[in-house]
Formats: sequence, C-alpha cells, structure tokens
Amino acid sequence: MTCKAEDYLTGKTAWCPGCGNFAIRKALAEALAELEIPSHEIIIFSGIGQAAKMPHYIKTNGFNGLHGRALPPAVGSRAANKELKVIVESGDGDSYGEGGNHFIHNIRRNPDIAHFVHNNQVYGLTKGQASPTSDPGMQTGVQVTGVSIPPLNPLSLALTMGSGFIARSFSGEKEHLKETMKEAINFPGYALVDILQPCVSFNKVNTFGWYKQRVYYPEIEDHYDWNNAMALTRQWGDRIPLGIFYKSPRMTFESSQLVLEGEPLVRRPFDPSRMASLQDEFY
Amino acid sequence: MELNLLIGGAAGQGMETIMNLLGKSLVREGFGIIYSKDYMSRVRGGHNFSRLRIAPGTPWSNVETVDILVALNEETYFLHRENLAPSARIIYDPQDFNLPEQESRGVPVELKSLAEEAGGKVMANTVAVGALLVLMGLETNTVESLLEDTFAGKEGAVEKNIAALQSGYDAAASYCSACFTLPPRNESGKKLFIDGNQVLGMSALASGCRFLSAYPMTPSTGVMNYLAAKSTDYPLVVEQAEDEVAAINMALGAAYTGVRSLTCTSGGGFSLMVEGLSLAGMTETPLVIIVAMRPGPATGFPTRTEQGDLNFVIHGGHGEFPRAVLSATSQEDAFYRLNKAFALADRYQTPVIFLSDQNFADTHRSVEPFDFSRLNYDLALAGEGEFEKPYKRYRASKNGVSPRILPGEHAGEVVLIDSDEHDEQGNITESAEVRRMMAEKRMRKLQGLAEEMDEPDLYGDPHPEVLLVGWGSNYGVLREAVDALSEAGIKTAMLHYSDIYPLPVQRLQELLGEVKKSYCVENNATGQLAGLIRRETGLQIGGLILKYDGRPFLPREIVEEVENDL
Ligand SMILES: Cc1ncc(C[n+]2csc(CCOP(=O)(O)OP(=O)(O)O)c2C)c(N)n1
Ligand code: SF4
Ligand SMILES: [Mg+2]
Repeated sequence: MTCKAEDYLTGKTAWCPGCGNFAIRKALAEALAELEIPSHEIIIFSGIGQAAKMPHYIKTNGFNGLHGRALPPAVGSRAANKELKVIVESGDGDSYGEGGNHFIHNIRRNPDIAHFVHNNQVYGLTKGQASPTSDPGMQTGVQVTGVSIPPLNPLSLALTMGSGFIARSFSGEKEHLKETMKEAINFPGYALVDILQPCVSFNKVNTFGWYKQRVYYPEIEDHYDWNNAMALTRQWGDRIPLGIFYKSPRMTFESSQLVLEGEPLVRRPFDPSRMASLQDEFY
Repeated sequence: MELNLLIGGAAGQGMETIMNLLGKSLVREGFGIIYSKDYMSRVRGGHNFSRLRIAPGTPWSNVETVDILVALNEETYFLHRENLAPSARIIYDPQDFNLPEQESRGVPVELKSLAEEAGGKVMANTVAVGALLVLMGLETNTVESLLEDTFAGKEGAVEKNIAALQSGYDAAASYCSACFTLPPRNESGKKLFIDGNQVLGMSALASGCRFLSAYPMTPSTGVMNYLAAKSTDYPLVVEQAEDEVAAINMALGAAYTGVRSLTCTSGGGFSLMVEGLSLAGMTETPLVIIVAMRPGPATGFPTRTEQGDLNFVIHGGHGEFPRAVLSATSQEDAFYRLNKAFALADRYQTPVIFLSDQNFADTHRSVEPFDFSRLNYDLALAGEGEFEKPYKRYRASKNGVSPRILPGEHAGEVVLIDSDEHDEQGNITESAEVRRMMAEKRMRKLQGLAEEMDEPDLYGDPHPEVLLVGWGSNYGVLREAVDALSEAGIKTAMLHYSDIYPLPVQRLQELLGEVKKSYCVENNATGQLAGLIRRETGLQIGGLILKYDGRPFLPREIVEEVENDL
C-alpha cells in the first residue's frame, strides 16, 4: 500500500496565515503516510484551542473533546481498542494548564499515546493571554505588567515523572518534526513531543525568527542518559536544543492490564452464558 | 411475627463481619431479611451500628424496635436502650462494661476471652454470632459451612472460628436458649444476600460493560470495588482516574471506541463531571453514570443518605441535550433497570444517569435470583451495509439518532466526533442553519426516550383515598407505610417512580384527581420530585413528607405524618 500525505489532508483550515500550525499539520500528514497507517486505524484526540482543531484537518478518526481533556478519552480508547494508533494533538494551555493533572498522571500511567503539544507559549484561541509556558515579562491584555511567574517546564516535568519518550521539535524544522513524530508514534508508551510553534497573531516575543535563531541539534549519544536529558530539557534562552532527549520504554498501561492481552476488548464476543454464575457468590 | 437485631460499637469493631456472616446464613436457612448500616465517616471510633430485620417474605425496611441488641461497647446500650422491646435481650462482654443494675435483660458473653481461647481476639465477632444463634433457637451448622466457605484454604482458620462460634453459643445458652421465635422460613428456593452496590456492579458486568473509570467517593465506591474484583476474570478494565473530570472523559473515550462504559460517583464528583456530561450529549456518545447520592452541599454527610441531587442530575451540564434519569428503587428492580440505562444510552447515543443513594447502596436484602436472560447487551451499531458511505457520524435522521459505527471497524471510513457545534460529518461549523438542525436533531431523541420511560409503580389500595408519591430507594419504606396505613383503615396507595426523566405523567394524571389527599415523600428538604411534577404537568401534590437529617425514613415516620394530617 502506498499512502500519500495529501490523502490525509482534509477540511478547510481556519488558522491565521503564517501560523506554525500549518507546518505541523503537514509534518503529521507526511509522518502518517510514511508510516503507512490507514486513516481508519488512527484516532486523533484533541482538546480546545487552535492546535486542537487538528482532527478537523487530518483525515483520521477524531475525538475533538473538551478544553484540557484530550488525554483522558485517549486513555479510555486505548483500553477499548489497543489496535488503533492514538495521537493527542493540543495546545500548551490545553495540555499543561487546564489539563495539567491529566498530563502528570498519564505520564505515570504510560498509555501508548503520542502527545504532540503545539507550544506557542500563549493562549491563541482566546486571543493572547499568557499560557503556562509563556516567558516571564511577556505582556498581554491580562498580564498587563508582564508575566510574573516562572514558566512550567513540560519536558523536565515529564522526565521527573518517569516519561519514557521526551522530545522537542520546531514547526520551522519540518523534516525533523516529521521524523520525531514517526518515532513518537512508534514508541510503545506515552511519548511527549513539545513542538515550538510561532503564533503570528499573539506572541510577538517568541516569533519564528526568535526560535530559528536559537534552535540547534545537540549530539545525543545515549538516549537512556537521564541526566543528560534533564540538562537538555533545562536549556532555554539563547540556545534551545531540539531532538529526542530521552527514549527508554517501560511497562505500559496496556501491558499492565492483563485483561488486555489478546483481542482488543471491542472485538471480544460477549458471552451471556458466563454471566448468570456471577450471582453464585451471593447464595 | 418478626425479629429485629441491632449491633453497635465503634468503627473498626467489626459489626459488618457479624452481620455478613449472620445475614448470609439466615438467608441460606430460608429467612427473609433486610440489613442496613448506619455508619460514621471515620475508620476508628465513633458510634456505628447495623440493623437486621427478619420478617415473613422479605422485609422492605428496617424499624426502630430492637429485640436483640449486641452492644460492643457501653455507649451502644445507652443509645439504643429506649428502643429495646420489653422482651429484648442484650449481648455484651462483661469484661468491657456492666449493664445498669436494674437492667435484667443482659446476656453476658465474654466475647474477647472466649475468642482468645479459641485462637485469637479477632474472632470475638464469631463468638457473638454463636450467642445470637442460640438466642434465636438456631443451630450452628449453617454458619459453620459458611465459615468453611469463607476461610477455605486458610490453615486452621475454619477450626478456630468454629470453636469460637460454639463457645459463644454455649456461653449464651445458659441465659436464654431459643427465647425468640423466628418468622416462618420462605418456601421457595434459594435466595441471594446482596447489597445495592453489588447489584449494580453485577448488572453492569452482565450488561456487557467493559470499562469503568471512577474516582473513589462514598457511597458509590462499592460498585467500583465489585467490578475491580471481577476485572481479573472478565473482559473489563477498571481504571481509578486522577479525578472525576478524567473519569468521565476516559469513559467517553472508551465508549466512542466501542465498549459499554460506566462511571460512578456521588454528588461532589458529579459536580466535576458535568462538563463531560454535556460533552456526551453534544458528541452523542453513550454513557451510563451512576450517581450514588449522599447529603450535600459540599462534602455534606459522606456516609449518610439523601435524595438531594434529583434536580442537579436532570439539569446539570451546560447547554441543552437529551438525557434520561433512572433510579434504584429496590435490588429486585435495579438489576434490570441499570441494564435498561445501558440499553437506552446505546439506543439514543446519549448519557443516562442512574440515581442511587447510600440507603440503597449499603442495604442488603434477601432477594430472588435474577433472570440474566432478560438483559440487553446490544450496542445498537450499524453493521456493514447499514450506513451510507462516506460515513457521517451525525447524519440527519427522523428520530434524531444517526447510524453509529466504531472507529477502525470499517476500512476507509472514519468517525469524527466534536464538542464544537458540528455538521453531519462532525466538522466544526459556525452555520446558523446547521446549528438549528443539529440542536433539533439532538433534542428529538428526547421524544424517543420519553416513550421508553416506565410509568410509576402503583401499589396498595386500587381505589385509594391517600396517595403517597415517591421515587428511588424509598420504595421499600413506602410499601411498609402503605401496608400499615391500610391496616389502620386508611385506603392508601403509592405511586413510585423508577424512571424519572423524561417524567412519565399518564398514571399520575389519572390518579391524582381521584384521591382525597396526596403526599410526595422524599429524602430532601425541598420536595424535588414534587417540583418536577409541577413543572412537567402543572399538577400540585397535596403535601410534602420530607426527611433530610441524613437518615432513611422509618415506616412509622411516614404513617404518623399522614395520620396527624388527616
Ligand atoms: C472549560 C473551558 N475553559 C476555557 C475555555 C476557553 N479556551 C479555549 S481555548 C483556550 C486556551 C487555548 O490555548 P492553547 O491550549 O495554548 O491553544 P492555542 O489556541 O494556543 O493553540 C481557552 C482558555 C474553554 N473552551 N473551556
Ligand atoms: S492565533 Fe496564533 S496559534 Fe492561532 S491560528 Fe493564529 S497564529 Fe496560529
Ligand atoms: Mg497555545
């Protein structure tokens, strides 16, 4: 079977011209085509935000849920049918702010999900308030004197919580992004890719040029080296490393559920005759 | 003819162990029983007690009278002294405390010492069961075989427990052997000894539920415990979510992907879930939510009972979307009704709320075995050839229900669901026209749901002068109240709602004009069902009999209110 990237594109996008989301969409379509995963065998879960519109623009199954709540339904879906590839696609506000608790606990749970966070360091859809990853000092209509609290570092946090796959990419480096996405999709377990994404309308600080000047590819010899990964996740400012910083599979949600061995739950026949004996213990 | 037992003590003293052992053996012997718990929100100390009533048939409710009191501490005696029948007996441990001199009904049994002699202090409860048996004139053999079942495989445990049982039996025998007469045993076959949460858990599993995500919250946790225990043997995943928001959203993800899914909680957790409830309505995803009520607001009374969330579950969630609300009335009914909740959720692709409460959840009764062949487990999916291609998740339809397929099951077809307003395909839209069409499509499902609702159950005098209207777990106590009022010469009937929303109105409309006086009996402070009836029908129920102290109604309380009013 040959899959073409164009076959995965659908819908009329409603993003601002020049938005980093276009390149992310393209990279995703190419990644899916190169991995040759048929549309109907993929589900994209998203929350609410500009990034979270992705299920409308990529032809796969889609669950465009609530703001901050993309991960929980994705986990439920993994339990129901582990044969489908699950991708979560959402913004930084959605994933790290409103959905922060799910972010933390799903790293622990480690479901086989590739989580692509479009990190534009701002709330795009609601017109430019600070997000958990906004740099200190950024002024917005709400943070009128500038962001005063330090940003959340998603990759460090994920690493300390035991995440097995941690990467950063940039919408301006499409090849790298595509390859990183492919690895994340194939990784068994929760794989986090924090994608730097310029928001041309609301983030006038972290622009395309700002990122472009700073990103670089560090030499990473050992993907199991936790300390090295931690050092990389903490680099921010003049130089911002891109790459897969850490990659070390561990027990997944699916494999820890013994009942999930074999056929996916959704396809197991229902056997009513096994049920009546349930009441025996109450005699 | 009946017998009422009460066992009280501090939390952690094992009242439940005694009641479970005794209750189950009584049921095995053919007696009809009800056993309910009154417990505090703490793990040690305080005052907890359980009541067990043995009566002909199967009793529907507990009463206040106590025939045998097992006082595991002194406080228990003083707290329940007033309700002791003149012929009552009090089992207590004279090494712990002594009864007042003028109290002649005591049966001192050295529970702890005898247990230690038999092999360990933990068996004090088994000693107490032995004492209870001899007072009731029962042999020890049924409890013995139950102990064998319970402790099978545990070295020496069976022998030690049987020795403890016998020692309690012998110790009490000299004070009072067979000084109570038990009601007749039921003739018909084996009965189950089961509580409300277990009924719901079993029904869910037998309905084909394959995914439960929940966050522990009393009094719903028993459902989670039941299903978790089964998840090693049945195709079922039970996941403890990080919070209730995750719980409902996880369940929606599993439901969308194609398995019957459930979440359970109490009012506070449901508060966190309502955005997800609205999502289920918007995305047209089937989901069953068990809400086991306890008194609110906020944390309220965690371990007690109330019917305070009816309005909340009918109205909770932003926006307008169809839903059904069913309730647990009795174990006998709830088994099938929760199954109906699953069937409706799938048939109408929308959330269904099943209301339970602490009173139902924690009460054991002896009930007929269930007929599993009556259960529905049809996901109501469109098979290959039963939907138009390309597939559109929200294709317009007459009854508002679109053919549903599962993601991944049909090559080339994708399933897109959306919490934004969407078109037939599931794509986000801003169109006024599409919006109108989709809002109407969703709400049309409410008409179908309304037709599926069962009319309220009518019990009592066929031509009543007094009508008691109720819902949910008050079913049993209302039956007893109807019987008592009828016996007192007041022609009484009850109209009891199991399916509550969309409200079935026909039977009520027919009856209400015929009766002299009607009352809505509810465990809340505002009469929420009465309010719903008024809103839906314009009919006013004559009076309200309300209780909102966290405790379930006793039949006497309802009878007195009616008698005083007439
Ligand atoms: C419960 C809830 N709260 C608030 C909102 C409003 N809201 C929608 S998107 C959003 C922030 C989006 O930011 P981000 O996730 O970073 O996505 P972006 O638009 O930047 O891609 C907010 C606050 C909402 N839809 N739901
Ligand atoms: S507001 Fe920002 S993130 Fe949203 S579409 Fe426009 S440029 Fe992209
Ligand atoms: Mg953002």
